[in-house]
Amino acid sequence: MATVKTLIYLIVYPGLLFLFLYSTFVEWYDRKLYARLQNRMGPTHTGRFGLLQPIADFFKLMAKEDIVPDRADRKMFSALPAVGLAIVFTAMLLLPVWNYSLDRPSVTSFNGDLIVLLYLLSLPTFIFFLAGWSSTNLFSTIGGARVLTMLFGYEVPLFLAVLSPAVLANSWRLAEIAAFYRQRPALALVNLLGFVIALICVQAKLERTPFDIPHAETEIVGGTFTEYSGKKLAIFRLMMDAEMVVAAGLLATVFLGGFPGGALLGLVNFIVKTLVVIFFLSLIRATTSRIRVDQVVSFAWKYLAPLAILQLLIVILVKGLLS
Amino acid sequence: MKFQIPIGPQHPALKEPISLRMTVEGEIIRDADLRLGYNHRGLEKLAEQKTWIQNIYLTERICGICSHSHTTCYVQGVEKLMEIEPPKRGQYIRYLVSELERIHSHLLWLGVAGHEAGFDSFFMYTWRDREIVMDILEIISGNRVHYGINTIGGVRRDLDEQQVKHILDSLAILRQRSEYYQHLGTNEPSFVARLAGVGYLSREDAIALCAVGPTVRASGVPMDVRKDDPYGIYDEVPFEVCTAETCDVLGRTVVRIKELFQCYNIIEYLLKNLPTGPVAVRAPRRAKPNEVVSRYEAPRGENIHYIKSNGTDKPERLKVRAPTLGNYAATIKMLKNGFIADVPLIFAAIDPCICCAERAVALVDARSGQEKIISMNALKQLSRQVSAGNARKREAEWPL
Repeated sequence: MATVKTLIYLIVYPGLLFLFLYSTFVEWYDRKLYARLQNRMGPTHTGRFGLLQPIADFFKLMAKEDIVPDRADRKMFSALPAVGLAIVFTAMLLLPVWNYSLDRPSVTSFNGDLIVLLYLLSLPTFIFFLAGWSSTNLFSTIGGARVLTMLFGYEVPLFLAVLSPAVLANSWRLAEIAAFYRQRPALALVNLLGFVIALICVQAKLERTPFDIPHAETEIVGGTFTEYSGKKLAIFRLMMDAEMVVAAGLLATVFLGGFPGGALLGLVNFIVKTLVVIFFLSLIRATTSRIRVDQVVSFAWKYLAPLAILQLLIVILVKGLLS
Repeated sequence: MKFQIPIGPQHPALKEPISLRMTVEGEIIRDADLRLGYNHRGLEKLAEQKTWIQNIYLTERICGICSHSHTTCYVQGVEKLMEIEPPKRGQYIRYLVSELERIHSHLLWLGVAGHEAGFDSFFMYTWRDREIVMDILEIISGNRVHYGINTIGGVRRDLDEQQVKHILDSLAILRQRSEYYQHLGTNEPSFVARLAGVGYLSREDAIALCAVGPTVRASGVPMDVRKDDPYGIYDEVPFEVCTAETCDVLGRTVVRIKELFQCYNIIEYLLKNLPTGPVAVRAPRRAKPNEVVSRYEAPRGENIHYIKSNGTDKPERLKVRAPTLGNYAATIKMLKNGFIADVPLIFAAIDPCICCAERAVALVDARSGQEKIISMNALKQLSRQVSAGNARKREAEWPL
């Protein structure tokens, strides 16, 4: 029975199948919301309300000609999308959805999974850098350099912002952090500043406007993805959508009290809370313009990092008051 | 490490072919080189084979945005050659369309600036509201882009009361929307961060490099043909020349938004003081041998047409200097020591209309760097020769 449950966990929910379908739904939701905020229609044609548009796009890209540049490192160039997708799908398994309970911890819920999840979310950034670098295209190389430059900006504030709720909850385990804030909802308000910082950093991690610098279309064509086409590009796009789901799930777990209620209610909780987070991400995307890479670094270190430290200080003070 | 990045002739930031070669050090541009000649127009030669009237529709097709600018510039010159004066009502309608075109061009530019800066919401909003002015133009002339309203000696269509009322009503909406864009364009922090201080062009440089239009006005030089050398009815219409002192892309944005408000004022004045009478006079078929230079303030800057007549019904020479050509020298100056990220913005800030400024294709030998002139048939033969030796590429396979 346990084996069947584990298999379902890996393949159906919240593993491969669910994450694939939900990622495409999230892409539709983001596109539709972005379009409505811009007074456009967004996808309407494929499926009801255009719901199947991202899936159609995915399969269309899969069927396109797949080109590997002559001068690119062939093995690395081809392996990167698959490795990236695997990393993001693994990260999804660490989120406390359905298959966890505090009494009988499963293999994917352990003390310190928060750190592992953050680490797994950092890896795609390196995948993007390597993708740009191994393409040997001038635009890709610039894109790859920009990916890394941005990483120096947002990574530290993101870690500080996500770890401060963990400090207050006195645990490095996602399930325990979520349970802590469910029991004391008022304490979640303490982390409001951290939530805002984490939202901005996640936006940068996902490379969406105003941080879509590594693949700024009007500047460096496709940036890191200039040379990618066909199946590889499709997988990269799926990977970015899945990364958005995982990142939104992480924020929902840490700041919004997780997804209690077992299989069905937990699913509803997961969808509602991640969509709330993604709503904010889309809102940021629609209301800002792309900034320069040097502005990202200075913005992150002038404002985000000090505010993240302030958040940590607040958390430590509150913790002292409570004990 | 210095390396060269090619922006264009095909690049997402450019809607038309031009080549910008940047020598960059990291993200900073050390040197810029601009290459023209990817588009063969041949329109000046074509103009010599068409009659005065036919050439109106030819010049209209020089540009897809400032189509009316080119015809008006041409028609003004021809009217001088033929020594006729269009009636007042005709002139009022002609310059009414001019100002409407300026509004549509500036709104389009605002959207493009937003898009180049990655602010797509701004782009979508300004282009939505641009539809209002496109509708007005359609109501006046029957067309959205090539209005075909000019004719030698006046205009081809009259305005009625209903149209005047519709235009005034629509202007109220446009004015309100423009106020919002003025607020957004100068206050949204991420947008202003991208525009302010970018593409600096000092007042002295702007004059020395012969920049035109909003580019020169944003460097604090109040240069506007409508004020400096008033043509048509501009000596009787009250309006101000908009300038900015910041000398950067933000200044160019501010100048264009300010000009929008001036356009609304001019249009209101023109409609409220619309004289009665005919809209056109009969023009002769031939023009006496003479030459004329016609100047016109297009949305992008000063447009110059040189026309020479030889007593027949066709011009002997028509030379068109589109405003974009005047801004290229300044662009190179602005690009130097900027960031790669600012290239599309700086280049877009001159509102380039590349194909309008193109005349002929230059064939350059890639190895020796020599330029040569070659006939079309010889070029076709050459391409067959080159491709004959190449093996046929493998057919693309169906991947599933």
